[in-house]
Amino acid sequence: MQSSVLADQPLRAPGHSAGLLELFRWWFLLRLLVKKELRIRYRGSVLGMVWSYVKPAVQLGVYYVAMGHFLGLGRSIPGYVVYLFAGMVMISFFNEIMLNTTRSIIFNAPLVGKIYMPRELFPVSSLWVAFVHVVPQIVVLVVGALLMGWRPGLLNILAAIAALVLVGIFALGLGLMFAAFNVYFRDAENLVELLMMVAIWVSPVFYQWSMVASSVPGWVFGAYLANPLAMSVELAHFAFWVPLEGVVAPGTSQASLMPGGIGMLLGIAVVIGVALLLCGQLVFHRLEGKFAQEL
Amino acid sequence: MDDSRLLMARLANVTKAFDLRHTRSIKEYVVWLATGRKGDFSETFNALDDVSFDIHQGESVALLGFNGSGKSTTLKLVSGVLLPDEGSVQVRGRVAGLIEVGAGMHPDLTGRENVYLNAAILGLDEAEVDDRFDSIVEFSGIEKFIDTEVKFYSSGMYMRLAFSIAVHSNPDLFLVDEVLAVGDEPFQRKCIDKMLELRASGQTLMVVSHDLDLIKTVCERGIVLRNGQLLLDADINEAVDYLRALDG
Repeated sequence: MQSSVLADQPLRAPGHSAGLLELFRWWFLLRLLVKKELRIRYRGSVLGMVWSYVKPAVQLGVYYVAMGHFLGLGRSIPGYVVYLFAGMVMISFFNEIMLNTTRSIIFNAPLVGKIYMPRELFPVSSLWVAFVHVVPQIVVLVVGALLMGWRPGLLNILAAIAALVLVGIFALGLGLMFAAFNVYFRDAENLVELLMMVAIWVSPVFYQWSMVASSVPGWVFGAYLANPLAMSVELAHFAFWVPLEGVVAPGTSQASLMPGGIGMLLGIAVVIGVALLLCGQLVFHRLEGKFAQEL
Repeated sequence: MDDSRLLMARLANVTKAFDLRHTRSIKEYVVWLATGRKGDFSETFNALDDVSFDIHQGESVALLGFNGSGKSTTLKLVSGVLLPDEGSVQVRGRVAGLIEVGAGMHPDLTGRENVYLNAAILGLDEAEVDDRFDSIVEFSGIEKFIDTEVKFYSSGMYMRLAFSIAVHSNPDLFLVDEVLAVGDEPFQRKCIDKMLELRASGQTLMVVSHDLDLIKTVCERGIVLRNGQLLLDADINEAVDYLRALDG
């Protein structure tokens, strides 16, 4: 019985997978890897997951005082706390994905070197873990926004989802690349840390897009907003900050707070994100053949 | 050998070389490029050199040879962890096994969690693990400690659990690397009995071990490797005698 079924299966070359497309078949293992990573991250820690609230809360406090009060940004931007935090949530989601995916292959070296499975499992489980960590931050954000009179429409909610998806796609693409590079050259981790440092400044997190628009040529501004990270932050502003009470001036629409041509820029950002994901998968696939012997 | 049986694995003219790299940073790589690529950035050696053999369903094959002869590399090529540089490797069905005891075990997880994680790594789905969980635990004989974190296990307990998960994963082609040598006498006996049972039920086995007497009881065919080259592919007794003659 078993042998007749087996005879129907073709001979295949082991060690080749369809990459990300194959992950649906490995759903069960993916879930277990996520559980494992969460368990291990907080071993011996009293506060555990609470740390993922504490860190952004402290960061928010520091930035709010420094940027909002000392630099006076809070006076020109109404609801600055929500404005700031909405952007920071996106950046911390991005940073978390980048750092974890980049290390994912190295951290799982014993598995990668001994047993074959689609190696994309590890970066993707890191993405999932990062999402688990961003959820409490979003909860805090929503509660804070509600306290300040947040009344979102359907379009605002969709923007929030789009922002998360865009960050996820973009960061996974980059993460796949860096995870593969990191196996060969450990310098990749330093490069990623550099990228994380820059990330928060190349997006309108502290300041408003109009400040960029007024100080650089038009095409530079276009390129700035087409970067998926800046676009996600702007989408998050549209989702959480714009629908706050008193943000939209009487007699104007929500759209007036958004940069012109945002629809097209969003399209470009999505295309860039998807292209990076494909590129990341390709690079990862090219390099994964030698993972086991390089580790 | 018996060609009427279903072909399970075929290695054709497989060569595998490894880099002996001494440096690991971009800086040194750039320096090496900038200085006109003097010398080899990395040296290579052939872990396997033009090796070919077929394995058919129901066979139990031992890979024999001294340290560094290419046995483990062969298993890793069959499992897909490594890819061949030249030649081709082909397999049929699900390939799994113990390339190293407890490679997938995590010390901070409990025995129970490790059973699920490892079984999933070996390719089982949730229903299959649920189904086999009790017999995995029973075979390992560590029921009392199944909810204890694995880092508190003795090395023997660790090994028992890992082996038990692997034999219950029931792959079409089962790879075993040097696991029979660990564990106490009764458990070793149990492992051997299990392997003989698998063999009798028609499962295909590929075994690497240095314990030649033990391997004679489990396997029927032996492949002798030395420095990555296939020297002999014959009946297990003949292969073991040949290897011992090489030794002397």
